[in-house]
Amino acid sequence: MTAETVVFVIFALAALAGALTMVTARNPVYSAMGLLTTMFSIAVFFVLNDAHFVAAVHVLIYAGAVMTLFLFVIMLIGVDKAEDIRESIPFQRPMAVVLGAGLFVLVLVAGRASWVTGTRAVEEGGALGTIENVADELFGVWLLPFEATVLLLTIAAVGTIALAQFLDKPRELAAAREAEIAPGHEDEERAE
Amino acid sequence: MIITQFVILGAALFALGVYGVLSRRNAVLVLLSVELMLAAVNINLVAFDAFVADRIAGGQIFALFIIAVAAAEVGIGLAIVLLIFRNRRSANVDELDLLKL
Repeated sequence: MTAETVVFVIFALAALAGALTMVTARNPVYSAMGLLTTMFSIAVFFVLNDAHFVAAVHVLIYAGAVMTLFLFVIMLIGVDKAEDIRESIPFQRPMAVVLGAGLFVLVLVAGRASWVTGTRAVEEGGALGTIENVADELFGVWLLPFEATVLLLTIAAVGTIALAQFLDKPRELAAAREAEIAPGHEDEERAE
Repeated sequence: MIITQFVILGAALFALGVYGVLSRRNAVLVLLSVELMLAAVNINLVAFDAFVADRIAGGQIFALFIIAVAAAEVGIGLAIVLLIFRNRRSANVDELDLLKL
């Protein structure tokens, strides 16, 4: 086993453990921490594939920005509310297991026909994904998609601000709804 | 470094994300599972980029675009979840059945 394989096995196990924690943990904070482990492991895989800049961006965006945002929202929504296991559709959870595992098997079976093996095409000694190489292509060939991404992010920012601006009306609606809904509804939500 | 292991790992993480989307009922955790699926796709893209090693570095650039799209999606999605929580006092996706007849 080469050193790369050892590193891959270690971080693949970490990634799978993190993902399993994420989908099974009762406490949402544990789920977020599991995804954080997975994201760090994925950054290691990027480094293994010589994509150093993508790895750095991945850690900065996911571990830095996205997970912080998720933790903020989890804390705002209420961390003490553990998910109840009762299902409105009784077979929903086993069916989710079957569908998830089925998708995995299906991907493997479908990929077996055109199974890609072998090593990478060019061994450039780790110079593949440096910031210069990525920037040369990003601001050359991929300039138009890059500008489209800028537009997308602007629209997303404006949309988020707009959603925050619609504050007053939903509050009135919520107050009206709470007045009209029977008090029993509240108890049903709190029950665990 | 052989590419197959990355592809299989990406498929496994994607399948776990699918399971999370189907089984979790907290809307925030559904969004987390979507993030996991996007990251699993990124593994594939970067692995194939290193495998092909073409001049325009399509895999890595696509991974960067996916990261940007995921960031935008998280911003909008969490804002929507917060608004839903403010309106309905719950982020449980099973209770969001206003469109049900």
